[in-house]
Amino acid sequence: MSTRITIQPVTRIEGHAKVTLHVDEDGAINGAQFHVIEFRGFEKIALGRPFTEMPGLMARICGICPISHIIASSKAGDMLLGVRTPRAAVLQRRLLTDAQILQSHALSFFHLSSPDLLLGFDAPPSKRNLFGVAETDVEFARAGIRLRQLGQRIIEGVTGKRVHPNWGIPGGVLGAVPGELRDEVLARLPESYAAMDDALGRAKRWADQYAPEIEGMGNFPSLHAGLVGADGAPDYYDGKLRLVDGDGNVVAPGLDPRRYFEYLEERAEPWSYMKFPFYKPLGYPNGMYRVGPLSRLNVATCMGTERADREFVELRQRGGGAVNASFHYHLARLVEMVGALERMERLFADPELLSADVRSRAMLNEEEGIGSCEAPRGVLFHHYKVDGNGLVTSANLLIATAQNNLAINRTVEQAARRFVKPDALQEGMLNRVEAAIRCYDPCLSCSTHALGQMPLVLELVGPDGTVRDRLQRE
Amino acid sequence: MRVRTLEIDGQMMTGAPGESIFNVAWNNGIHIPRMCHLGGLTDVGACRLCLVEVEGQSRLLPSCMTPVREGMVVRTNTPALQKHRKLIVELLLAERNHVCAVCVANGACELQDLATSLGVDHVRVRYRHPQCEVDLSHPRFGLDHNRCILCSRCVRVCDEVEGAHNWDIGHRGTNARVISDFGTAWGDSESCTSCGKCVQVCPTGALFSKGASVGEMRKDRSFLKYIVTAREKHQWIR
Repeated sequence: MSTRITIQPVTRIEGHAKVTLHVDEDGAINGAQFHVIEFRGFEKIALGRPFTEMPGLMARICGICPISHIIASSKAGDMLLGVRTPRAAVLQRRLLTDAQILQSHALSFFHLSSPDLLLGFDAPPSKRNLFGVAETDVEFARAGIRLRQLGQRIIEGVTGKRVHPNWGIPGGVLGAVPGELRDEVLARLPESYAAMDDALGRAKRWADQYAPEIEGMGNFPSLHAGLVGADGAPDYYDGKLRLVDGDGNVVAPGLDPRRYFEYLEERAEPWSYMKFPFYKPLGYPNGMYRVGPLSRLNVATCMGTERADREFVELRQRGGGAVNASFHYHLARLVEMVGALERMERLFADPELLSADVRSRAMLNEEEGIGSCEAPRGVLFHHYKVDGNGLVTSANLLIATAQNNLAINRTVEQAARRFVKPDALQEGMLNRVEAAIRCYDPCLSCSTHALGQMPLVLELVGPDGTVRDRLQRE
Repeated sequence: MRVRTLEIDGQMMTGAPGESIFNVAWNNGIHIPRMCHLGGLTDVGACRLCLVEVEGQSRLLPSCMTPVREGMVVRTNTPALQKHRKLIVELLLAERNHVCAVCVANGACELQDLATSLGVDHVRVRYRHPQCEVDLSHPRFGLDHNRCILCSRCVRVCDEVEGAHNWDIGHRGTNARVISDFGTAWGDSESCTSCGKCVQVCPTGALFSKGASVGEMRKDRSFLKYIVTAREKHQWIR
């Protein structure tokens, strides 16, 4: 008789999910599903509201990456106004994009994933958390907290709030960057670079140490997508969408993000609230593509800054054409954090960053607006249609985590087949399935437009549909 | 003219004949909560937040509508009154869709300030979540019925100060809505002079300047005192 294993809740990710593993009569895993069991519905909430409220409303989707939602929404608003956004506002948006990359990636790597890496996948669950990390290596834990705090401080320094600021608007931003923030941030950079050097050193050692996990946690060829600038470096604010295949061959060199609906499509499955986007020319599900730190580095040809470039070259050597092992998302995240620090240093050297000319005003001039940017977890699209008075009649949000949905499902199945022995189920096996999901740093609150925190259930299901075993995290 | 002497919250005060308890209290530093009252406009007693206890009266009286009498003993802030006011604010919050976090008036809203000062940390009645429209047909201003508490300040300022009488309250009960020109879209109104006084006197984010983002709307009501002083005293002073 076959069985089903359920992991619920999945822990150390943002949102609610469960995993179901299907086991055949011979006791082998023959299928897996990653279910997102929360729903939020921001696409519906937006209907009938003024488009000028969208950046503030959409910021509420997420407490981790509100800046990305504000920026994508503001850019869609820029398009509705039909104005040129002042350069100082663009610089501010770029600065906060980098600050958010820094704080979000620090949260993912140090707070959520490092317990597995530092303490081991089989460490007792009671130790496998940030407190366990702090007990084992207090300096490492502190460095992570400080890096995240720096990102949050920059966001607060510019907007007045760390989370959900009233800052972005169609046509620009609401205020100027205070001059004293520049001095404060620049003073903290040496410490931050040193912390990144240490973290990269460890991450590279772990990448060598965890060979089975690298092989078994989402290592398969797929498309990768990300926004790149004219110089080939990731352009988190305003790039063109480039896709490469698993061998690193360019599939699409520079698609216009404002035409995303021509080449990306979403499919719904009855067993998950998260939709399944795919690259249209390859159909469903062959059009599976990955987004986020690793994919951005796979589509880019450089990082555009000195320190990050050195790490970029080293990271890319870990794959053939493209680095396909999702385990390396962790390393890619660190490379991006270094790049974010360097870009912020450059931005603070630009005197125009402090300019108060940050807003273009206009009446409504277009009836459709699309904004895109690179959120920490991957490329993000906000698409609004409005009536003649500026009330939203249609909203479509294409969220980074959703774009990884097909890949996460494939990863869960691969990790389950590799690590889970249904006849001798152990907690460490299931933790590897969860850790495979954590590589993507999924944010389900963002991607289902939901309620609450993110727990995971793992069920072992037989061919007759009976649940043989069930593990649940509280 | 013989003044009236009365006691409010244990203090002896005087007021002119016909003057409201509310005015006398405020002039003497006792700030009774209010929402529909605005100095310079006629009082209508719509919000019931300024209810007070008057000795010898079995029911609570709206202080904005009750003239002072000789020898009155008034209490404005008893535990019972605080309880009533808290409930009124909760009912106002439950009646429409007041979502401060994404409101243009967040941080500068009289309803929000009052809820905070009364300690409203949750609403005990069920939210009604009505379907309310947003009218953005006017070129400069917007009306969001979700945030309207029907205080009628806009109706009165338009009628009494601007003299246009664009606004009225239409329909009944929970279907009551502020309406423009007998129910036409604001942008089609023939009586509206686009002066913006209604926007400035609105206590919440119901009336707002178009283009305002979350928390950006700030209202300036100083014009009202200027106009009323000019009209009543023929003094054009700020």
